[in-house]
Amino acid sequence: MNIEQQDFYTQAILSMAALIGLASFLMLGQGRLLRLIFVFALQGLLLTMTAALSAYSLNNHHLYISAGLTLVLKVMFIPWMLRRQVLAMHMNRDVEALENKTLVMLGGASLMVFSYYVLHPIVQSSSTIMVNALAVSLSVVLLGMLLMISHRQAVAHVVGFMSIENGLFFAAIVATNGMPMVVELGIAFDVLVAAVLFGIFFFHIRTSIDSLDVDRLNRLNEVDQ
Amino acid sequence: MIAAYVLLLIPFLGIVFFGLTGHRDDTGKVNIGLNTLSFLASLWLAVKVLNIGSLYSADQAFLIDSFNVYLIMLTAFVGLTTSIFSGPYMAHEKELGKLNDRRLKLYYSMYQGFMLAMYLVLTTNNMGVMWVAMEGATLATVLLVSLYRTPESIEAAWKYFILCGVGIAQALFGTILLYYAAVQIGDSEHALLWSVLYENADKLNPDILKIAFVFLLIGYGTKIGLVPLHNWLPDAHSEGPTPMSAVLSGLLLNDALYAVVRNKMLVDGATQNNSAGLLMMGFGLLSFLVAAVFLHRQKDIKRLFSYSSIEHMGIMTFAFGMGGPLATFAALLHMTVHSLTKSAIFVTVGHAAQVAGTQDIKKIRGLIKTQPKIGWGLLIGTVAIAGFPPFGVFTSEFLVLLATMHDYPWLAPLLLLGIGIAFAGLFRHIQPMVFGEQPEGQMPVKANLWPVMIHLGLVLWLGLAIPDFLANWFSQATLLISGSTPL
Repeated sequence: MNIEQQDFYTQAILSMAALIGLASFLMLGQGRLLRLIFVFALQGLLLTMTAALSAYSLNNHHLYISAGLTLVLKVMFIPWMLRRQVLAMHMNRDVEALENKTLVMLGGASLMVFSYYVLHPIVQSSSTIMVNALAVSLSVVLLGMLLMISHRQAVAHVVGFMSIENGLFFAAIVATNGMPMVVELGIAFDVLVAAVLFGIFFFHIRTSIDSLDVDRLNRLNEVDQ
Repeated sequence: MIAAYVLLLIPFLGIVFFGLTGHRDDTGKVNIGLNTLSFLASLWLAVKVLNIGSLYSADQAFLIDSFNVYLIMLTAFVGLTTSIFSGPYMAHEKELGKLNDRRLKLYYSMYQGFMLAMYLVLTTNNMGVMWVAMEGATLATVLLVSLYRTPESIEAAWKYFILCGVGIAQALFGTILLYYAAVQIGDSEHALLWSVLYENADKLNPDILKIAFVFLLIGYGTKIGLVPLHNWLPDAHSEGPTPMSAVLSGLLLNDALYAVVRNKMLVDGATQNNSAGLLMMGFGLLSFLVAAVFLHRQKDIKRLFSYSSIEHMGIMTFAFGMGGPLATFAALLHMTVHSLTKSAIFVTVGHAAQVAGTQDIKKIRGLIKTQPKIGWGLLIGTVAIAGFPPFGVFTSEFLVLLATMHDYPWLAPLLLLGIGIAFAGLFRHIQPMVFGEQPEGQMPVKANLWPVMIHLGLVLWLGLAIPDFLANWFSQATLLISGSTPL
């Protein structure tokens, strides 16, 4: 079916999916931490808009609460906290030299294809929009992991971690019109606590290795020294 | 049902109380008191379930059936005995200057936080809440792993946080897919309730559920410590305070496996075959064999036993994966005896490390001369965990082996080989630690070994004769999980 033949809501959701996926790719290739955080906040904003749109179109009021939570947590609080850390560590001018940038981007593209492949079996039982949305959210999850693998700064790891949450949340909104309220509140609570804990950890890591480069956390391993 | 609410309320009040009052000299005792109350509440719950069968709360948010009620009791029991051990242990650590009042306050309130998360995982009927509670357990324990604030412990905690956080995110994706399959057949309000899903399991779309299970297994499997997702486990166990290692090994791993099995029951209902089980068998066997080999290379005593935990979780995952009544019964029994034995071992290991002043296996020698109680405790604990008769671990491993020979005979040699390798790996390290030449400067410590004796006594009892009511209980749970009973 052509995209022009879909109703407005479906088209909007598909565009949102594309933009959120694009944001993940932008983060993947980003070496500057402040820009990385900015793109992350942007992805959060897109997610808020998706939730609000879904709430409005489907007359599903509890999604407004989810949208509000996302706005406060993922667009304001977490980016603000990360930005403060970066400025405090004077890392805002550093450009992280990403190894094999081309390879990582190609890897990201193949993860996207892989997500479609994984979710292919459900094509028969679902509409196009579901398969697309689920595949994009799965690839946002996988791209978040790739981001964590390819970056060395703890701040980038947190961004990757939280963008994984973004991918999951997108799946929850689009495929199922949001999880039951108690679950969503629980997840938001977990994300909040995790964000606070990350802040505490930055402090500990800084005092222990005087840097936020997680490559230097390498004391524990199985290999004989 | 009041018992379940009481059970959840006690640790919650514990967090608030410890958070407000801070650390005082009697905080350890208050912690024991709270855990005793929780244990009594779990007994109350168990008696009710035994008498009238499965319980639902009015809004169906909580479900207590024969499967989870025995895990609740086990959790409360291990939580209680570990708290008895942790009081003097943490006081000793404070005397050594490793900890201060503020961190002990964190420790005690998060101990209760962890217990709350565990009870919530077990009692909830909502698969989404189960995920939230599982993540909550990570969040509660992550700061405890880095309690000593050494560079190693901070690294271990960071690894634990990131790996488990990312891992468990996969389980949330699985849960979303599960919900997606569920809303296609019914109302969305109750669509995540396990009891509703279980009733309608045959109507759920098998294709979606198969994909969902892969994510659920990877997600919760990270917390079970399945190879190759196990990297965080030895680090977190070796760098955190020992009571934490005891509850992580004894409880967290079990409860993560519980989550997987609950999901497997749904998937099996939808697919009408054991494809989910095969996946679990593969992961379980791989974990079992890899961990058995890794036992040989360990230098740190707590790392050694955390690999032993991975090995045993592998056996259980394998047995639940096989899914027949005998295998399921064996896996349930193994869950119990492993929890009891492993937490007892971590208690003795904690004392042994305090006696020697180090966790380095090479430097711990001649425990039986320095402090015979600890030496014997470690030796008997290791004998039990390695699967010697007459201890309970032998019984359950033997049953797993029987079930394997019946269903998948060609896997039985692999199991035997793994058990042999693991046995050698444990004893090459334990033998000199217990009997070797005693180094200078090794001093006896004040140790409370009652928890160890009670645990090992119970394991011995379960190995010699499983009491009637317990066997009944296990077979009821087996009936629920596998559809028929072995007895």
